[in-house]
Amino acid sequence: MRLHFELARRGYRRYAAYPGATYAGLFTNVFFGFLIAYILLAVYDERDVIGGYDVRDAIAYVWISQGLLSVAAIFGPSWYELARRVQTGDVATDLQRPLDVQRAELAQDVGRACYQLLWRAAPQFLLGALVFEITIPDEVARWLLFTISVALAVVVSFGVRLLVNLSAFWLLDYRGQLLLALALSQLLSGATIPLAFFPGALDTIARLTPFASMLQAPVDVYVGQPLGGSTLAVLALQGGWAVALYAAGGLVLSAGTRKLVLQGG
Amino acid sequence: MADLARIYVHLVGARIRSQLEYRLSAAFQLVGTALLTALDFAAIAAIFANVDQLGDWSIREVALLYALATISFALTDLVVGHLDLLPQMIREGTLDGILVRPLPSLFQLVAADFAIRRVGKALQGVGVLIFALVTVDIDWSVGRVLAIPLAIAAGAVIYAAVWVSLATIAFWIVDAIEVVNAFTYGGSFLSQYPIGIFARWLRGLVVFVVPIAFVAYFPALYLLDKDDALGLPRAFSFVSPLVACLAAIAATAIWRNAVRHYRSAGG
Repeated sequence: MRLHFELARRGYRRYAAYPGATYAGLFTNVFFGFLIAYILLAVYDERDVIGGYDVRDAIAYVWISQGLLSVAAIFGPSWYELARRVQTGDVATDLQRPLDVQRAELAQDVGRACYQLLWRAAPQFLLGALVFEITIPDEVARWLLFTISVALAVVVSFGVRLLVNLSAFWLLDYRGQLLLALALSQLLSGATIPLAFFPGALDTIARLTPFASMLQAPVDVYVGQPLGGSTLAVLALQGGWAVALYAAGGLVLSAGTRKLVLQGG
Repeated sequence: MADLARIYVHLVGARIRSQLEYRLSAAFQLVGTALLTALDFAAIAAIFANVDQLGDWSIREVALLYALATISFALTDLVVGHLDLLPQMIREGTLDGILVRPLPSLFQLVAADFAIRRVGKALQGVGVLIFALVTVDIDWSVGRVLAIPLAIAAGAVIYAAVWVSLATIAFWIVDAIEVVNAFTYGGSFLSQYPIGIFARWLRGLVVFVVPIAFVAYFPALYLLDKDDALGLPRAFSFVSPLVACLAAIAATAIWRNAVRHYRSAGG
């Protein structure tokens, strides 16, 4: 436990080392936040409620989702860092260390997520809440459930990213599958547009995928519009994906390790 | 100039051949890029599944706007997109190698890559353009037919000028690449929507400061015979090529000035 706490701290400090990059990222999130907020305001000029979301929910979605982009790493280098180490053979060093590679990676990713939450998600959410009228839940319980949902989103995202990274054990040039995975993540997580905007069954199907558990689920919990009307069911779905993907990651990692050929030996 | 063109074709040809060595991967990436770009249009389609109008624009009209913006941006991305690597080159000091060679530095950076996958972006945009042209009501004239390729070319030059100008930030702040992204990728996202729906400060910014409103919005107003929601004069619909020329001149000047401030990582 102590080891993993230290690893998480290293994960945090790795990102804290580049404050300039944080400010720049914050700037981009805020800029996109404004763009999407104005687009949604124009949409809500025509309609009052879409898929249970009213205009204040929709603008809350904008500022939460812009924050979760970095916290739950909807895109970014963590989708291919390990794959690159597999490609170059550096992964051998990771595998030789006397620790569980998957657990160590998760610990560092939690550190990364904490950093992004504190320095990117929180400030830009506050800014969005000051500039626009957004839904702010008044029950403590909802904030608590939202926090749990965000934590689960990070673990689900970790599970998906690890599998994408590990695919490099079989397909050395990982960029093709990486692009496809990023496309799916972008669309099905609800990062571009709230999934509630999807017509009919497409909405439900999208919300059942692990990608929705990475971003749309916490937003749904926050505004109180969970899939099927039950917040606990959404948390259970997220938890289910988190466990299933973690287990799959473990199996794939050991299979990949067995067939690993180090280039240049 | 002719020399540079010959060298460009030679270098880029080599890049293309090297990517075609891994055909399956190249094909995957091309399809992946087309899909990833199509998501932006899926978002627009999802919006219009709920409403008929977005700030007085129908989905067909927005599709035209989207197509012009996307094709222009894809061309820019294809030719100068690898400027994203500039911060890395500055950090590692590899820019030195470029500065000592007897060719313009910006030319060498631009000629350094040509990612085939980005063609996928343009193909997807062409698909939407065909959809838009078939379904939207345009009062066709010679001017309007010519306006389409002209708008795409001018738009690509404007994006490229914005990209080059902002990329120079890296000479001062090396880890600020995301600020550049806000205006390049953010600018491309923004120009897919009618500018009228954005707040006043944002409209002012994209018309008068970072002129991406001239990429698709103003040309689309001309094609569709619409008036600007802000009440800007009709003449704005015709000046995109002029804006492109001015932006290109400004970007070259900014680049030259910035390179002079380069301090190598090697000391």
